Amino acid sequence: MNPQAIVEGLIAGSTIGLGAIGLTLAYSILRFANFTHGDYLAWGAYFTLSLTGFLGGLAAAFGAPLAPFSFGLGLPLAMLGGMVMTVVLALVLDRVLFGRLRARGAETIIIVMASFGASMALRSLLEFIYTARPEYFTKALQIAQPIGFGMRATPDQLLVIGVTAVLVVALHLIVTRSATGRAMRAVAENPALAGVYGIDTARVIRMTWIIGAALACVAGVMAGLLVQIRPYMGFDLLLPLFAAAILGGIGSIPGAMLGGLIIGLSEAFAVQIIGAEWRAAVSFIILVLVLLLRPQGIFGRGAA
Amino acid sequence: MTSLRVQDLWAGYDPGLSIVKGVSFVVARGETICILGPNGAGKSTLIKALAGQVPVQDGRVTLDGRDVTGLSSHLLVRQGLGFVPQTENIFASLSIRENLQIAAELLPKAARAARIDAMFTAFPDLGKRPKELAGALSGGQRQMLAAARALLTEPEVLMLDEPSAGLSPKLVGQVFDTLAQISAQGVTLILVEQNVRAALAITKRALVLVDGQMAHDGPTEGLQDGAFLGQLFLGQRKGASL
Repeated sequence: MNPQAIVEGLIAGSTIGLGAIGLTLAYSILRFANFTHGDYLAWGAYFTLSLTGFLGGLAAAFGAPLAPFSFGLGLPLAMLGGMVMTVVLALVLDRVLFGRLRARGAETIIIVMASFGASMALRSLLEFIYTARPEYFTKALQIAQPIGFGMRATPDQLLVIGVTAVLVVALHLIVTRSATGRAMRAVAENPALAGVYGIDTARVIRMTWIIGAALACVAGVMAGLLVQIRPYMGFDLLLPLFAAAILGGIGSIPGAMLGGLIIGLSEAFAVQIIGAEWRAAVSFIILVLVLLLRPQGIFGRGAA
Repeated sequence: MTSLRVQDLWAGYDPGLSIVKGVSFVVARGETICILGPNGAGKSTLIKALAGQVPVQDGRVTLDGRDVTGLSSHLLVRQGLGFVPQTENIFASLSIRENLQIAAELLPKAARAARIDAMFTAFPDLGKRPKELAGALSGGQRQMLAAARALLTEPEVLMLDEPSAGLSPKLVGQVFDTLAQISAQGVTLILVEQNVRAALAITKRALVLVDGQMAHDGPTEGLQDGAFLGQLFLGQRKGASL
């Protein structure tokens, strides 16, 4: 077996894990499976692509590659703008759709179906604006360098893994150590009691969208940087995202990340062992097994 | 001096169905009252409506003259109206200290640590293991933590919904001893309680609700023998007062 699968799996798992964090936060605090989350990845990538083009038009220096990476300073700057725009998109959608349904006391299945419809609309809008033709942040060729144990990786790939690790640790510290994190955990456990404690649940919900959408944008940019940008890129990641969130345990940030890495590694090894055509089935098989054998996931608590 | 004034309050979960029907009463600052009544009388709905947990359909609620009618629960806490629900009144997945830290967020930053320490002094069982998950506490200790959380912000009025529910007789004694201490400190207490004997022991005034309406508002003297309450609960003496 080629150890290169480990690198491939970690890279895919980083994107899946970052995306799954937003999904698991939304699921635990807003209590519904948000199908639009995959589209936030895609919209984040396209927002960033547009801003990268805009910055490149302003000054050529923004497009010049920052050695040893394949992209210029414009990409990280544009990604910050893309994160803000993705957050605005998520907050607007919550204001006009999900928030109204919550206020009416809509059942979970209604909100899930609404998110499914919104997801299709967002995807179609993206295709209408940018067409279905794949786009790229960079077309520069990078040569994978040896990193030991028979594995190779490009600087971009190593950066993706490093950025993911930093973001996950930072987010874990925020959720476990800060007042905002305590409020988020409290609302996730019991929203009615959170109000009695003086927590503004509307503010916590906004924070959930902000964190989830910002991370979705980063995940989308990572996927776009290493592969390509397509309107369906988020939709294609939905099943792995859900599988990672459920595998890790709903509400658990380390769980979502670990779940993402397990899904990514499983897919990479499946490609080597049984063939690339089975890659998509791996997430589904893991999802089914987790739901049957340990529905609370790795870090989730079982029913009392 | 008036602390809480409730005027012609109507409340219920569904817009077309009122559970609390036109209830009015006044609670003076520092007073301790209990709300009694048979099952389904609307006691918990009344106190939840005052705490912003059940929609107010009509009427007016003022706290020290400030109109707080229909405010959501997190705003009512900021106005000085503390509430301890009957069940699920602590965050089991958070530590004891974290439960108190959340409540302390309402205080100025400089005062938070001192107030948490004050609660640990007042409730030594909690102070012995602040990092322990609240879900590991016994029923009585959970009520202590819930009370400590509510008291931490020094509310003008503290409302408790059946604090003795599900507790052993020994723990009920502990909880009511604590409530008596809180009352002695001058905190305005409103207590909804099924355990009539225990509630009457620490209060001097009782409201009795029957079918969502006020059936009695008066001193607790004479209620201890149960005959008068029995008549009220069975609807034979509606609107009586002592």
